[in-house]
Amino acid sequence: MSEKEVESRKLGVEKTLDGLPGAIPQLSTNRAQLHLTPNQRSWLRFRRNKPALLCLVFLALLAPLVAAWPLVAPYAANAITDEQFQPPIWKHWFGTDVHGRDLLTRVFYGARVSLLVGVVGAGVALVIGVTWGAVSGYVGGRLDGAMMRFVDVIYSMPSIIFLIVLLTTLRATVAKWLINWFGPEAAPKSHLLLLVIGLGALSWLPMARIVRGQVLSLRQRAFVDASRALGASHARILWHHILPNVWGIVIVYLTLTVPSVILYESFLSYLGLGIQPPMASWGSLVAEGAAQINPVQIYWWLVVFPATTLVLTLLALNFVGDGLRDAFDPKGQT
Amino acid sequence: MFFLKRLLFLIPLLLVISFLAFGLMRSAPGGPFDSNRVPATPEIERALRAKYHLDEPLLKQYVRYLGDLSRGDFGVSTKYRNHTVNDIIRQALPVSLTLGGLAFCFALGLGIPCGVVMAIRRGQWADHALGLLSLIGVCLPGFVLGPLLVLGLAVRLDWLPVALWESPLHFVLPTVTLGLLFAGKVARLVRESMTATLQSEFIIAARAKGLSESAILIKHALRLALLPVVSFSAPMLADLLTGSFVVESIFQIPGLGGFFVNSSLNRDYPLLMGLVLLYAALLLLFNLAADVLLVALDRRIKYE
Amino acid sequence: MALGLLLSGCGRSEPSADLVIANGGEAGSLDPATATTIEDLRVCMALFEGLMRVDPVTAQPVPGLAERFEKSPDGRTYLFFLRTNAVWSTGGRITAHDFVWSWLRVLDPATASEYAGQLFYIKGAEAYFTNKVRNPSQVGVRALDDLTLRVELVNPTAFFLDLCAFQTLYVVPRAAIEKHGDRWMRVRPLAVSGPYQLDQWRLNDRVRLRRNPRYWDAVNTHCEVVDLLPLRNASTAFNLYERGAVDIIWDKELIPSELYPFLRTNEAHRVNFHSFNYLGAYFLRFNTTRPPLDDPRIRKALAMCIDKQRLIDKILKTGELIAQGLVPPYTTNHLPVTGLPYDPAAARKLLDEAGHPGGRGLRRIEYSVESAGPSSPHAKIGVELQEMWRTHLGVEVELRQTEKQVHTKNQKSLDYDVSRSTWIGDYNDPNTFLDLFRGNNGNNRTGWKNARYDELMDQAAAQPDHARRTELLREAETLLVRDEAPIVPVYFFSGFNYYNSANVSGIWGNVLDIHPINAIQKKKSVVRRLSFVATAQAHPTPPTNHEPRTTNNGLRNTEHGTRSTLP
Repeated sequence: MSEKEVESRKLGVEKTLDGLPGAIPQLSTNRAQLHLTPNQRSWLRFRRNKPALLCLVFLALLAPLVAAWPLVAPYAANAITDEQFQPPIWKHWFGTDVHGRDLLTRVFYGARVSLLVGVVGAGVALVIGVTWGAVSGYVGGRLDGAMMRFVDVIYSMPSIIFLIVLLTTLRATVAKWLINWFGPEAAPKSHLLLLVIGLGALSWLPMARIVRGQVLSLRQRAFVDASRALGASHARILWHHILPNVWGIVIVYLTLTVPSVILYESFLSYLGLGIQPPMASWGSLVAEGAAQINPVQIYWWLVVFPATTLVLTLLALNFVGDGLRDAFDPKGQT
Repeated sequence: MFFLKRLLFLIPLLLVISFLAFGLMRSAPGGPFDSNRVPATPEIERALRAKYHLDEPLLKQYVRYLGDLSRGDFGVSTKYRNHTVNDIIRQALPVSLTLGGLAFCFALGLGIPCGVVMAIRRGQWADHALGLLSLIGVCLPGFVLGPLLVLGLAVRLDWLPVALWESPLHFVLPTVTLGLLFAGKVARLVRESMTATLQSEFIIAARAKGLSESAILIKHALRLALLPVVSFSAPMLADLLTGSFVVESIFQIPGLGGFFVNSSLNRDYPLLMGLVLLYAALLLLFNLAADVLLVALDRRIKYE
Repeated sequence: MALGLLLSGCGRSEPSADLVIANGGEAGSLDPATATTIEDLRVCMALFEGLMRVDPVTAQPVPGLAERFEKSPDGRTYLFFLRTNAVWSTGGRITAHDFVWSWLRVLDPATASEYAGQLFYIKGAEAYFTNKVRNPSQVGVRALDDLTLRVELVNPTAFFLDLCAFQTLYVVPRAAIEKHGDRWMRVRPLAVSGPYQLDQWRLNDRVRLRRNPRYWDAVNTHCEVVDLLPLRNASTAFNLYERGAVDIIWDKELIPSELYPFLRTNEAHRVNFHSFNYLGAYFLRFNTTRPPLDDPRIRKALAMCIDKQRLIDKILKTGELIAQGLVPPYTTNHLPVTGLPYDPAAARKLLDEAGHPGGRGLRRIEYSVESAGPSSPHAKIGVELQEMWRTHLGVEVELRQTEKQVHTKNQKSLDYDVSRSTWIGDYNDPNTFLDLFRGNNGNNRTGWKNARYDELMDQAAAQPDHARRTELLREAETLLVRDEAPIVPVYFFSGFNYYNSANVSGIWGNVLDIHPINAIQKKKSVVRRLSFVATAQAHPTPPTNHEPRTTNNGLRNTEHGTRSTLP
C-alpha cells in the first residue's frame, strides 16, 4: 500500500476509486463533471461501485416480489398436506416442513414480516436514535446526563416483561381498533402490530449512545468554533457540519440494526413469544429449523434455506449501505 | 468532580429503576403461582399469596421491599422456594462474569484487529472476505451457531466437550458462540470509524511529519477509531445478557441469563427484581467507565 | 478480587458420579411440603420418605417407613406401625410424633403448601387449614406412642395409601426446620429420612446425591453417588447421552420429537428406547359460559371432527393412545368408557340442529395454547385442528398463543374459547382426573357445573365397595365426555425412558413414571438379587389387567422372581 501511496504522491493526480485511506484528497479531474451538483456527483460515484449497484438491483427486485407474494406464491400460505419433511424436489423447491407446507412459500411470507420488522426498527433507530444522540452529545452537560440516564433506565428494564405487558394488555384494544378499520380479517394481525411497535421501541437505544459519543467528539473540533464565530445557529451547525461526519457510522450501525431486530424477533420465537403460528417470519423459521440440528438425522433444508435467504438479504443491505457511505462521504471528492 | 457526581446519582437512579421495574412486573398478567396446577381450593391460594405478601396493596409491597433491601435482603424466590435471591446470585454471578468476560474479550480481541485490517485494506479482497465473515457472524443467531459448532467440533470431531461447565476446555464453545456476534459488530464499527479517522486532517499531518505507518496506526488512529466501540460496549453488555440465555440453555451453564429470562416467564418477582437491580447497577457503572474511557481516548471531549 | 471471582466461576472438576440422570427442568423446591412438579418429586423421593413408598415396578404403594399397617373394616381408620430401625441420617429415631408434626406443618397456612389439599381427606384437616379449628388435636392424625400412628379419614378413601407415598406426606426433620426456618435445606448436614443424602445442590447445574448409610434399606441402595442434571434443551441432552456423559434420560421432552420414529426403528438406537403407558391426558377445555360454546351440541360437533389418530401419527409419533374418556384405561379401579367418535357427518348434523348449518352464523373461535419453543407440539396440533375444523365444519378458528402464566390465568378467569390442557395424575386412581370437574374445584376452569356429576362423585367417595365405586365413577366419566362434553380428551401420554438396558437396570416403566433412584443400578458385574419390597399386603385395589408396554428384554421377569419379604 505504501508503494501505491508514494506513487500517487509523486504523480499528485488521481485518487483511486476505492478511496485508499490516507490518500490525499483530490479534485475530480473529469472536467465534464464539474458542473454537476454534489448530490448528482455522489450518485455517479455510487453507480460506479459495482458490488453496491448489484446489491441495490437485487433488493429492488426482491422488494416487489415479496410485497406481491400473496399473488405469486405457488401454494397457499397454510396449505397443509401429508407430505411431511420432504427434501427439496421439483414440486417443492425448498422442501416441506412438519405440516407438509411448502417451505419456499413460507420463506417468502416470512420475508414480508421480517423485512417489515427490520425496516420499522431501522426507521425508528434512524429518526429517534440519531436525533436523541445528536442533541444529547451536542448540548452536553446536564441535558446530556439526563438523556443518557433515561436511555440507561430503559436498558435496565427486563425487555421480555416489557414485551409481554405490551403484547397482552394492549392486545384487545388493538384488535378492536383493527377490526373497526380493516374488517374482521385483520384481528390476527394485532399481535404482529404490537410486536413491531415493541421491537421498534427498543431498537433506537444503541444508536442514540453511539451517535452521542461521536457528536461529543466532533463538537470540540475547530470547524465548529469557526462556524460559531461566523454566527451559524446551533441547528445549522448540527445539520450541516456535525451530522454529515456521523452518517458513516450511522449507516453502518443501521445495517447492523436490521439484523439485530430480526434476530431478536427470532429469539422471541425461540421462547414462543414471537410471531404467532400459522404466520411465519424468517426468525421463527430459523428457530424451527435450529431445533432440527442433531447428530443423527437432520432435515437440513429447514435451517439452510431460511438462514441463507436471511444472510443474503442482509449482505445486500450491507453492501448498499457501504456504497451509500462511500458515495456520500464528505471527506472524499467535493 | 464530574464523575463523583455521577457516582452519587447511582443510588437515586437505582431507586427509580426499581420503582419502574416493580410497576412493570406487576402489570404483566399472571402471577408466580399460576401454573397448571392451580391450588385446588381458594384457601390454599390465599395462604400462598399471604406468605409472599402478594395480597397487600402494591405500594405497601413496594415499601416493604425497599425496607428489606436496605438490610441487604433481596427476598426468597417464588419458584426456588428453598433459595434466597442472594443465594442464587452468589451462585450464578461468578459463572456469568466468567462467560461474559471471556466473550467480551473474544469479541474485542477478534473484532478490533479484523476491523483495522478491513479498514487498511479497504476495497480489496481481504476487506470483502472479512466483511463477509463478520456479516455471517452478525446474522446467525446463537441457537443456530451453537448447535452447528457442537455438531461439528464436539460431536463429529470430538475435539471439545458437548456441554456443561466443568473445565477450561468447556469454556471454548460457549465463548465463541456468544462472542462471535459481537465480534462481527465490533469489526464493522471499527472498520468504519478507522476509515474515517485515517482520512482526517491530523493523520495527514502526522504522515507529513514522517511518522511510520504503524506508529500512526497505533498511537493516533486507533484511539479515535475505538470511540464508537466504547459507546457500543454498554449496549453490548445488555445484549450479552439476553444472548447468554440461549448459550446457557444449549450448553447447560448455570449463569444469570437463564434466571433472568425464566424469572420473567415465571413471574418470580423477588428474583427478577434482584436481577434487574444487579444488572442496572452493572450497566450504570459500565457506562460511567465508558464515559471515562471516551475522555481518555479523545482528549478534546469535555462533558460540561 | 475480580480474579478470585473469575477463578471461582471456573467449573470445578469433581469426581464423576456413578449414575447421571437427565432430569429435565430445575427442581423448584425440595422441601416435601412445597414440592410440586415431577422434577421436584424425583429428587424429593430420594431424600425423604413417608409411611409408604413406591414400588419401582408397579408404582403401587408398599410399606416404607411404616413396617405394616392395619385398616379398619369401614376403611376410615388406619393404624401404622413404624420400623424400629428408622433413623435420620444425622442420628435420632424417626418417630410417629415426627409424622404428626410434618403433616400439621403442611396444614399450617404459613407454610403455604400448594398440595395441602392432599391431606384434606383426613378428618378435621381442612377445617384446621382454614382456621375454623384451632386445636391441632382435632385433626384426625395422632401418635399413639413413638412407633404407632393413627389416622382417621372423612371417607373411606380408596387411594389413601397412594397418598401416603406422595411427597407431601413425607416426614421432615423438626429440629432443623424449627431452628433455621425457610433456609433449613441450605444448612449442612441436612437430616434426611430417605435413601440418599443431599451432597450438592447447584441451581441449573446439578443435584448430587450420596448414599445414606443410615437408611433402613440402605443395603439395597445400589449407586453410591448420583447426579441429576436439570437439562432444558433436547439436543443437548441427546448429545450428552450419545457421549456417555448421561446414563438415563427420563423426561420425554428431552428427546427431539422429530427423532422419535428414527430412534424407535433404527438398529443402533432402538435398544435405548423404552416406552410405557403414562398416567397423563391431553385434552381441550371449552369455556361453557361463552356462547356459542354453552350449547353442548356445538361442543360435541367440534369434538367429533378431531381426527385424533392423524394427530398422533403426524405430529407426535410416539405411539400415544387415542383418548375416549378422560381417565387412561390402564388406571386401577377403572372401567373403560365410550366417548364421542370421529364422525364428521354426525358432527355436521349436530351443527345443523344447533342452528348453524355449514358453520354459518358462528363467530370466529379462538383456540388458546401456551407459547413454547418450536419443538413443542401444542402449536403444531393447533394448526392441524384449525384445518380439521375448517374443512369439516366450516368453522373459522384462530390460533392464539399466550405465554404460560397468562394461559393459565385466562383459564382461571374463563377468558378463552377453547383452551389446550394437560393433566398428569398424582396417584393411580380415576379420582385424580375426575375430581377436577366437580363444580367447585379450582382446577375445573370450564365454568361447567353439573349437580348429577357432583352427586356421583360424592357417592363414589363415600362408597367402600370397590365394584360399586368403579361403576359410579364410570357413570360420572360418561356424563363428562359423552353427554355434556365440556372437555374433549385427545390422547393419553406415552412415557418413555431412554437408557441402555445392557448397562442400566432397576428402572421400569410404570404409569406414574416414578423410578426410585435407589433401585437403579448401573453396570454392576454381579447382578444383585432385588429383594426390594415386601409382597403387597392386603392392598385393597384389584390388580391391573392391562399389561404395560415395555421393551425391557425380559429383565422385568427376573426381578419379579426374586422378591422376598424383608425381615
